[in-house]
Amino acid sequence: MSAGAIGQAHPRLEGREKVTGTARYAMEYPVDGVTYGWVVPAAVVRGRITHIDTTEALASPGVLAVVHHGNAPRLATTPGPNLWLLQDPAVHYRGQYVAVVVATTLEAAREGAQLVRIEYDAGPHTTVLTDDHPGLYKPDHVNPAYPTDTAEGDFDAGYAAAQVRVDATYRTPAYHNNPMEPHATTAQWTDGRLLVHDSNQGATSVRATLAELFDVPRESVRVIAEHVGGGFGSKGYAKPAVVLAALAARHVDRPVKLALTRQQIFGPIGYRTPTIQRVRLAADTDGRLTAISHDSISQTSQILEYTESVAVYTRSMYAAPHRRTTHRVTRLDVPTPFWMRAPGECPGAYALESAMDELAVATGIDPVELRIRNDTEIDPDQGAPFTSRNLVACLREGAQRFGWADRNPTPRSRREGRFLIGSGVAGSAYPSQSVPASARITARPDGGFLVQINATDIGTGARTALWLVAADALQVPPERIEIRIGDSELPAAPVAGASMGTSSWSWAVIRAGEALRGKLRDGVPPDAEVSAEVDTSAELNAQARKPKFTYGAQFVEVRVDTTTGEIRLNRMLGVFTAGRIVNPTTARSQLIGGMTMGVSMALHEGGLFDERYGDWVNHDLGTYHITACADVESIEAYWLDERDDELNAAGVKGIGEVGIVGAAAAVANAVYHATGVRIRDLPIQLDKLIGTSALA
Amino acid sequence: MPGGSENQTTTDERYASRLALTVNDVPRELTLDNRTTLLDTLREHLDLTGAKKGCDHGQCGSCTVLLDGQRVKSCLTLAVTLDGRSVLTVEGLAGPDELSPLQAAFIAHDAFQCGYCTPGQLCSARAMLDEVDQGWPSAVTEDLDAPAELTDAEIRERMAGNLCRCAAYPHIVAAVRETAAVR
Repeated sequence: MSAGAIGQAHPRLEGREKVTGTARYAMEYPVDGVTYGWVVPAAVVRGRITHIDTTEALASPGVLAVVHHGNAPRLATTPGPNLWLLQDPAVHYRGQYVAVVVATTLEAAREGAQLVRIEYDAGPHTTVLTDDHPGLYKPDHVNPAYPTDTAEGDFDAGYAAAQVRVDATYRTPAYHNNPMEPHATTAQWTDGRLLVHDSNQGATSVRATLAELFDVPRESVRVIAEHVGGGFGSKGYAKPAVVLAALAARHVDRPVKLALTRQQIFGPIGYRTPTIQRVRLAADTDGRLTAISHDSISQTSQILEYTESVAVYTRSMYAAPHRRTTHRVTRLDVPTPFWMRAPGECPGAYALESAMDELAVATGIDPVELRIRNDTEIDPDQGAPFTSRNLVACLREGAQRFGWADRNPTPRSRREGRFLIGSGVAGSAYPSQSVPASARITARPDGGFLVQINATDIGTGARTALWLVAADALQVPPERIEIRIGDSELPAAPVAGASMGTSSWSWAVIRAGEALRGKLRDGVPPDAEVSAEVDTSAELNAQARKPKFTYGAQFVEVRVDTTTGEIRLNRMLGVFTAGRIVNPTTARSQLIGGMTMGVSMALHEGGLFDERYGDWVNHDLGTYHITACADVESIEAYWLDERDDELNAAGVKGIGEVGIVGAAAAVANAVYHATGVRIRDLPIQLDKLIGTSALA
Repeated sequence: MPGGSENQTTTDERYASRLALTVNDVPRELTLDNRTTLLDTLREHLDLTGAKKGCDHGQCGSCTVLLDGQRVKSCLTLAVTLDGRSVLTVEGLAGPDELSPLQAAFIAHDAFQCGYCTPGQLCSARAMLDEVDQGWPSAVTEDLDAPAELTDAEIRERMAGNLCRCAAYPHIVAAVRETAAVR
């Protein structure tokens, strides 16, 4: 059926708008009579607001209102405590949004926010995750709906009986998503109807949440997210910016633009929880795993349970007769953690793929070969065959491209001047799921087509990918197709997240194309517009559940300055298998982007928490470092052809997240190989190497 | 009007200034609150929303524009200090319906994903290429007496002030390299 658009490299459709500055983001739509909202964060960690004095703020020129729990419109409680904003005086964490100042200019709103005087009754707080925190408990499930613990065989006996054992504990700090566009919304109410231009990853669910919160019919809410300045999970659901903007707009009865500041998005909009992970591996002397356990500890807030699915990666990656995974979580006086690129798999793979490296050292087996020996065609978790698993092919291709065969396995064996050079490898995997979506395609009398689906392009290239998919589905050149996405008025579709956007959306586009072609005479434009709309719910629900994963292998070379301890990335190379690649241009960018974020996780970023203050102290981009241009000397992504007919209509797997999975482990393993020192506490920065034998 | 107030003054005249700015070759007369940054002037007063607000603290580079030909963080620049000056934004990098070679190279190399940092990257790159032409060294320039040579290491260093969370860095470097080669 293919007309051959899928697989052809194509520049992004909105490229011209993005390079000329004409692509409009949430805060950039001109609105008559617009006002500006500025958020006031709580200045204590835990307590209650006892008094809000708005006199000075309201007297400040331009200030229209101070919206707070004492005067804000009421919200429904059902969307959950994270969105039940400005409704009660309780403070659950430092920085919680407790008021919004609305003014006629940005400058006036910002100044007004400084003039709101809030008194608190504050109590003691607990904010730091420890492996013996008294609040640790076993949650009912982990994000989103995985079992908390799993066990097969007898781990303790299998581990005790093994010839080779690794027992290591790895720690990761809080990571903050930091999309370049902070969460922002323009909200306007007209005759009881709400229109928002919002920066989110899925306008369908945001519309539903707003309707529920404000107790209005869904048809009365419209959410537009045409261009979104990144999300990385942090815009996966309705977030405080859209709720506060809509609340404020209702309160002042005027349109409100509200953007959170960079400082304000370190926490309250979600972040990747810190983790403490103990991994134990047992193997025979040939490196064949006999027992695996992965015990994860993470944190959540006092108001909502979110448990990062850290050990889930270990359930399906490598096989062993005796296996166990557990998750424990504790409630702290902190904001609720949430999704950040590959939630669960990302920190989990850091630990497991690091432990595999330690096992390679313990057994004297090459780390690529060790992973090949422990490959499995049967998902150890579900007990069923993977629809396709080409991890070994990724490892072999990557090793060949990287020049792995030339590597001397002995740590500290390569020195160039004052630098120690080392290389590391890690496996990568991420589930490749699909969820129901709907799409509508219209044939026009002029021979053109209009594709409509409420997908979101947060930078993934979704708009272009679906356009190419539609071309093949309709068997016409893509230039005859117009595509509209990013608007809740369009047919409902799921969030751009969990690496399931393209697989889910393309499924609906293909079925709509097929349905439309059934209504048309071949190749002949209709006399009047003809449309077909399809919802894939029934087809998806009828599909048997099978283990489906995207795989990859990541190779890293670092150099460590033995004088300063500085660690630099020399080069990085990843090879992936992800079904059919719709658009090589944007796919490569996405994979490189994920890999780079993994480097950032390993070497550059991490929230620094001050227990007395009860918050992260490095909450801006000057002190919370993310990988910059100068840090990336060479990162390359490749993929292997993979055909898998059991996936979805387009035969694609998700690629948005797999790039970050395992990347940090590959870096950490390379640092070990360079220096002979194993740092099990991310990020690996020079202070952790100084004073060790690494710099000897 | 629930919660509203009569306090509707947009700008307190005592704390406002009149100034003349040339923006993308268009002369503009503006009366602005003295607290207004160049970034907010462009975005909120001139509907030039190409320059982006990523951090508002000069830490991310998304707001980079050219001021009399040199790159500045427009979020750290108060408009009131700019009377008589000339500003070039991403909207002015090429004529209407045209693309500059740099813009075209960014598209061809997929040097962006979400696009939010892109206007800043483009303005930064444009000014950076001029800096190289004028022989300005960077932190990685080995020989301060020789003409600056635009190696990849130089491009990376000189573009390091413009963060891209999507991490299009290798493609940004490729686009800048290609543009520099044909200048």
